[in-house]
Amino acid sequence: MYAILIVILTGVLVAASCALLGSFLVLRKMAMLADAISHAILPGIVAGYFLARGPNLIFGFFGAAAASIATIALVEALKGTRKVGGESAIGIVFPAMFAMGTAVVSKFYANVHLDTDAVLYGNIEFAAFDTLTIGALNLGPLSLWVMGALTLLNALFVGLFFKELKLSTFDPGLAASLGFSPALIHYVLMTMVSITTVGAFTAVGSVLVVAFMIVPAATAYLLTDDLKRMIVIAVVVGALSAVAGFALAYALDASVAGAMGTMTGVFFGAAMIFSPLHGLAPKARRLERQRLRLAIDALLVHLLNHESLQDEEHEAELTHLHEELRWQPEWIARIVAAITADGLIRSDNQRLYLTHSGRERARALEHAARAGEPQLA
Amino acid sequence: MNVLDLITDYTLRNVALGSALLGIVSGVLGCFAVLRRQGLLGDALAHAALPGICLAFLLTGSKTPLVLLLGAAVAGWLGTLALLRIVRDTRISEDSALGIVLSVFFAIGILLLTFISKRNDANQAGLDKFLFGQAAALISDDIAAMLILGTIALVVIALLYKEFKLITFDAAFAASIGLRTNLLGVLLTSLIVIAVVIGLKTVGVVLMASMLVGPAVAARQWTNKLGAMVALAAMFGALSGVTGAALSMTSDGLPTGPMVILALTAIVLLSLFFAPERGLVWDWMRRLQHKEAKFQGPGPNA
Repeated sequence: MYAILIVILTGVLVAASCALLGSFLVLRKMAMLADAISHAILPGIVAGYFLARGPNLIFGFFGAAAASIATIALVEALKGTRKVGGESAIGIVFPAMFAMGTAVVSKFYANVHLDTDAVLYGNIEFAAFDTLTIGALNLGPLSLWVMGALTLLNALFVGLFFKELKLSTFDPGLAASLGFSPALIHYVLMTMVSITTVGAFTAVGSVLVVAFMIVPAATAYLLTDDLKRMIVIAVVVGALSAVAGFALAYALDASVAGAMGTMTGVFFGAAMIFSPLHGLAPKARRLERQRLRLAIDALLVHLLNHESLQDEEHEAELTHLHEELRWQPEWIARIVAAITADGLIRSDNQRLYLTHSGRERARALEHAARAGEPQLA
Repeated sequence: MNVLDLITDYTLRNVALGSALLGIVSGVLGCFAVLRRQGLLGDALAHAALPGICLAFLLTGSKTPLVLLLGAAVAGWLGTLALLRIVRDTRISEDSALGIVLSVFFAIGILLLTFISKRNDANQAGLDKFLFGQAAALISDDIAAMLILGTIALVVIALLYKEFKLITFDAAFAASIGLRTNLLGVLLTSLIVIAVVIGLKTVGVVLMASMLVGPAVAARQWTNKLGAMVALAAMFGALSGVTGAALSMTSDGLPTGPMVILALTAIVLLSLFFAPERGLVWDWMRRLQHKEAKFQGPGPNA
């Protein structure tokens, strides 16, 4: 039970620390750069491992931070030559770094402590067994300390520099003119991303950390237009994905990190379809309502135009609407039901008649339409 | 090892053939992807293919290369559709959409992969080789499957070359003369899925991005003509494939996939620096000459 709790808590902390930065990555269109960094830090971690002659957190952090800054600088330099597109620059740099890392790992450290598969999806299952000890003092699981510290650090970073981050995200030109360097903020943000990635690396690996950074933030982006709320929602969605993911992994007896990443996708899909603000289902419903509204207006005006004319009888027949307006019978039935309920028409023996309020509305519509037309001199 | 082993030894021949084949197909298709500024699409699709491999195995219980690769192709294609829907129907940027498809599909793949391996099924061993690729494990059936898929992709490119060229350089004009640009775009993306699928067992999911981008970027430096670029990219792709395979054979424990990518990166760097006309070195030398000319002041005819 204790081990399970540690795994879930580690997952929640990974999700929270990643989601804090993720909102800015999504808004600044830097998701793939974050993906590149999460892969490119591998040679840095390996270098740290080599220098410290074994797994060492501090060396790992410095190696990874150096590798990530090198990655950003290389991508910028390649883009700067104007001979390579931005996305191609990313596509050249990070596989090369990652290939170096994996080649060294499989050549020199195979089956030691760095497992190449774990590089991709981590070892969160063992979170409870790796403990932080100072001297003889056992301070509990290392993962909680690392991820807790990173969550705190990222919260402080976002909290203290919220204004700068917000401004340079939405209006880099204004930010520069007010004296904040957008380039500096870019590098600092990317350094925070790389540090967070190293911390999360042992738990969820280099690919799934991208799921935690990007997907909850993108989900939040579909649910709100307010940056502060977006960050909070992203953290909550990330934490929920971690908890639900653990349950899924437990049920299937499969990778916990994989299940957590899968759940971020489930939440994103749900937001994409049902979000009241930007969801596909509410949008479709709004469109349908608008279509009905327009059809009703067209019908009212049609009836008004033929009122007290010779062909009134014929024009007001339900079957005629099918021919004249090319409406399908079911669609006609829906429209008639809707406007009869509104009290704008009454139907009698397969014919439609405008009521008093229906006539008023049709006249108002016609009037409005005429006012909109260009006037003939 | 000697060079003849690449032809006579069964394993080495498969590795060299597979890597070369992959290099040719991804080199050709990568040109269109890079010119259409979709360089990272291959990265997302390669990750998206993983759950397809696992599902194909779960459903059929077979490890026949063609079955697994078809599963990968279907999943990669679903990934493409998901990507298009996210970009078209929401306000999420293409960059984030790539990240979402890539990481979520990969997470599902890892979930299925570990689910399969925990079932204690002796037959499952080897599916995880798709993560990093294991060219040394390529068998004749793999090569046959790669050859079939690769030929299909190259034939389609040859037949629709003019159309693809047009939508790559001037989509608006292509649409105005009645070409169905959306359909052609989807077809081109589907062909990229095929290239990705071919590469899975050789270089793996993660490094596939580079196989599409690298040869095309290198070839672009040498020429301004699409035809020449495609031919050069195929050549560079094949060259890095064979070189990487040979390098990995020189020493135990050197994996093929990363060596192929490193060989390719070397070709990219050489092209960027030394390609005639566009090479960075010539740029620098020209700039230096300009500076000297300036110091000497205006010439007699100025």
